Amino acid sequence: MKSLGKYLSVHKKRMSVGLAIKSVGTVAELFLPMIMAYMIDDVAPTGSVLSLSLWGAAMFVFAVAAWGGNVIANRMASRVARDTTEVIRNDLFSSTLYLSARQTDEVTVPSLVSRLSSDTYNVHNMIGMIQRLGVRVPILLVGGVALTFSVEPVLALVLLAVVPFLTVIVIYVSSKGITLYTDLQRAVDTMVRKVRDDYTGIRVIKALSKTEYEERSFAKINDDVVHKETKAGVIMSVTNPIMNVVLNLGMTVVVLVGAYRVSEGLAKVGEIIAFTSYFTIILNAVISVSRIFVNVSKGSASAKRICAVLNMPDELVRDEDLAVDAEEEKGGIVFENVTFSYDGAPALKNVDFSLKKGETLGVIGATGSGKTTLVALLLRFYDCDKGRILVDGKDVRGYDEKELRKKFGVVLQNDFLMAASVEENIKFERAVDDDAMKEAAKNAKAAPFVESLDSGYDSMLTVRGANFSGGQKQRLLIARALAGRPEILILDDSSSALDYKTDAQLRATLREQYPDTTIVMIAQRISSVRFADKILVLDRGEAAGLGDDATLMKTCPVYRSIYESQNEGGGANG
Amino acid sequence: MADEKPVVKNRRAVVARLARYFVKYKFSVLLAFLLMLGSNLFALLGPFLTGKAINAIDLKSGVDFDAVFFYCGLMAIFYVVSGVLSYILSVVMIRLSQKIVKSMRKDVFDKIIALPVGYLDKMQAGDLINRISYDIDTVNSSLSNDILQAATGVVTVIGALIGMLAVSPALFGVFAITIPLSVFITVQRSRAVRPLFRKRSGKLAQLNGYSEEMISGIKTIKAYGVEEKMIGRFAEKNKDAVDAYYAADYYGSLIGPSVNFVNNFGTVLISTAGSLMYLFNMIMLGDISSFLLYARKFSGPINEYANIMSEIQSALAAAERVFRLLDELPEGAGDTATDTLGDPKGDVSFEHVRFGYDPEKVIIKDLSFEAKAGQTVAIVGPTGAGKTTLVNLLMRFYDPQGGRILLDGRDTKEYTRASLRAAFSMVLQDTWLFEGTIRENIAYGKEGATDEEIRRAARDANIADFIDALPAGYDTPVTDGGVNLSKGQKQLMTIARAMLSPAHLLILDEATSNVDTRTELLIRDAMDRLMKGKTCFVIAHRLSTIRNADLILVVKDGDIVERGKHDELIAKGGFYNEIYNAQFE
Repeated sequence: MKSLGKYLSVHKKRMSVGLAIKSVGTVAELFLPMIMAYMIDDVAPTGSVLSLSLWGAAMFVFAVAAWGGNVIANRMASRVARDTTEVIRNDLFSSTLYLSARQTDEVTVPSLVSRLSSDTYNVHNMIGMIQRLGVRVPILLVGGVALTFSVEPVLALVLLAVVPFLTVIVIYVSSKGITLYTDLQRAVDTMVRKVRDDYTGIRVIKALSKTEYEERSFAKINDDVVHKETKAGVIMSVTNPIMNVVLNLGMTVVVLVGAYRVSEGLAKVGEIIAFTSYFTIILNAVISVSRIFVNVSKGSASAKRICAVLNMPDELVRDEDLAVDAEEEKGGIVFENVTFSYDGAPALKNVDFSLKKGETLGVIGATGSGKTTLVALLLRFYDCDKGRILVDGKDVRGYDEKELRKKFGVVLQNDFLMAASVEENIKFERAVDDDAMKEAAKNAKAAPFVESLDSGYDSMLTVRGANFSGGQKQRLLIARALAGRPEILILDDSSSALDYKTDAQLRATLREQYPDTTIVMIAQRISSVRFADKILVLDRGEAAGLGDDATLMKTCPVYRSIYESQNEGGGANG
Repeated sequence: MADEKPVVKNRRAVVARLARYFVKYKFSVLLAFLLMLGSNLFALLGPFLTGKAINAIDLKSGVDFDAVFFYCGLMAIFYVVSGVLSYILSVVMIRLSQKIVKSMRKDVFDKIIALPVGYLDKMQAGDLINRISYDIDTVNSSLSNDILQAATGVVTVIGALIGMLAVSPALFGVFAITIPLSVFITVQRSRAVRPLFRKRSGKLAQLNGYSEEMISGIKTIKAYGVEEKMIGRFAEKNKDAVDAYYAADYYGSLIGPSVNFVNNFGTVLISTAGSLMYLFNMIMLGDISSFLLYARKFSGPINEYANIMSEIQSALAAAERVFRLLDELPEGAGDTATDTLGDPKGDVSFEHVRFGYDPEKVIIKDLSFEAKAGQTVAIVGPTGAGKTTLVNLLMRFYDPQGGRILLDGRDTKEYTRASLRAAFSMVLQDTWLFEGTIRENIAYGKEGATDEEIRRAARDANIADFIDALPAGYDTPVTDGGVNLSKGQKQLMTIARAMLSPAHLLILDEATSNVDTRTELLIRDAMDRLMKGKTCFVIAHRLSTIRNADLILVVKDGDIVERGKHDELIAKGGFYNEIYNAQFE
């Protein structure tokens, strides 16, 4: 189990040294009122100006020591916070990338992103602040009580009596605060969703003149947010006044009790003044701590969310029993009776087919019929529930993940382009040389438009390639898939934005230039798969037909009806 | 420095505008001011009383218990009263700031909804969300906290100053040595530390951008097995981010201890000088005590000043962003039309329309065509070619830069936008349903639609059977947690919504490629019913629609490149012919 504690424990030594230095510095501060009391009560009566000045100088030394100790300790704390956060963040990113697809679905992508960004930031803040400010109050309290017990035990008891009050307030308010702020966050999420919703639907809203209706429904959500925020604020703002009152009353009691002690000759007036100083020092520290309250409660909630990801078990491990190399021909794909479900209802049921090296499989079917699932299983993003999948005659579960995926060139549905150059996007961090890149771009029909750009292959894409058209993006993605000269090429609905002409040219090029590459081509348009060696027709997760175009037209009613619907309705448009 | 001036001027305008929000609640503001004054004054009297009490202990004649009790009693009362007042003050401030925030949020939302579509198209959803949540939050915390702290600070500094001078002007002379130190720290902080913090947020933003990008592409990264490479890249950016954080912290961590040092240095000076004065009977012990307490109160706000100012700065920047959005002109700001369009027959004509989303980049150069009532215009072309442009112009989401669009022979600009839009019903490809029940979603098309009407619309849209089969029927919520509607069902819902509208003009996006065959048949059937007897503008994908269309407009790269009937266009052998035949290569 990974936890924040584990990550911090690496820095145990540095943290204890830091804490020691901090304690020395903080306690040095506590000596100041003591020295002052001594000066007033014991030195001043001797009438020696020199000793008073010397003691004054000694105080100054202590003040400097307090400053130095705290600065050094704070910097050490910052270093610990930096190093810890760096490691946590790197671990989290790599854990995230190595999560199984099922786990990614479970946590969801936006949540993973916010864990990496705002949660690690909160933790960084918290680690630093606790070391710098959080430990100051306990040191002041413990140190103050210990130091003063030797001087004036009864007054020290007053100081000690304050501690439980402060503790109770801290615990009460912070526990209340966490629930209230979680509540508030939920209301804010609803509000954000509303804004996002209306932003996407603005045309409909305007077309139907529903702005007033939307304003009213937003007003309700706004009310809720304001109500919850007020509630949280009203509770949280109790802290400062109460702590002020408790500490100031403590100071009053010190003066009162001090009066008795002085009158009985058991204490001196300078000591009372010293105690009032203690209270002020502690009060200032407590106020600064209450300011980091919110940070700490946010930070610990964030740490939990981070550790939840770090502690997810390794799924999809390599099964050594299946790791035997087959002697069959390379490049083949076999699905044997494959059944799979994301959550209950099967997404694929008893799917069976086999494909030899260099063959093309077309997959067609409606949305939700299981086409993309088929790709996900083939790449082993998920493991199938029943049956098995063989690549090169070997069960995919027997492969090392890397070794398996190296065989593929893939264009996924809605695939992703980075905010980087065209070259980086095609090479995609692999050992692909410039010639291979250019050849792939040519074959993917991307070369003409890339070369017409001012900076050619060095042209930059913006996030998600938003500065390129849909068809250009798809061609770049296909170039990426081809650049690795894969054994198996998977194209999931990746020519939908190409016009029919380019689409047809692309298919011809693939047949000519990549004769040994096994191709799995998923499409909505029947024209894209008609010429495949085999066509798999999926209907609600089941194979409704398997065979070439001519056979399917005769034997498969689903295929025929798709054909008819597209030939009647699949006009001049994609 | 020269170019900062307009910013300052701007800031002043922002402050003035924020102040206007306060004016609405002047009584709350006045109450808050009085509470703040009261709570601080009571707190400021504390040290004075402490001194008096200690003086009463330190008498040659022994302890004057009556006086000690009196002063301690007063202290206790004053501190409690001050605490209570300051709590009430927080509550008043929270309620006040929440009222202001609420009306700001309302203003922003209402503005978003009122903005021209063209403006929103250029804006990111995230940007809008930032304004309405993060920016307003920043303003809020500044309103409820920083202003209060600043005011408290001023009162405290002045009060403590008066206190110190009243107790011992001589000691104040000594203490004054620390004031330049405080000022130095404050200046140092804003000069040296703030740029470092700015750099820190910059690096962090870069890192976050990178991780968001990579995680959105997680499947691709896995598919190509380049996880390690990406992790390496991430580690570099992460290093930059944490180093920038540390650099800011390295200097930032000087601040706290230095502030304490100034405080302690003050203590040292007061103790030494005080003891010396005590030695020569120039001061009483209680006065030293009061002075020490005042000194600590005095330096607190001065050292917080930099902090508060930087927070107020960022709040003003946030407020400025909010105001800038509020200042955008709403849609139809320049409209003078007051005529409402009744129930048009449905003759539409474009006369020499010229349009570009960017006025510099005209995409429709000179478009004229005519559609008689009841006719169908099919718009065809490759994906991304700009077929929705015509929809944008018809509905006046955008206005052309030249030419006119006529409805029943009159320029559409002569009617109010609301009445013009009411004359159309619209089914877009991006089916838009909101969180609410199925009933609410269908009835969205017509205020006050009766149950009978809703059911008939659902029946006509071929979705009634599906809805009736749901356990909660028409009351089933359409949410993430509620029923999961398929794409096709969503489309049928929006058709049902359009069915409710009595409009004689229809805008229809036929794209049905993403639904299964069975649903596609249902959709087609429902669409045919919807189109009956209306002037239709169809972003067409079906051959039957295209063949039967009275006019086909072929769109390429935003512009209309060909127009005519199916047979004419095929005969012409141009772009239409090319894309039409490519399918049957």
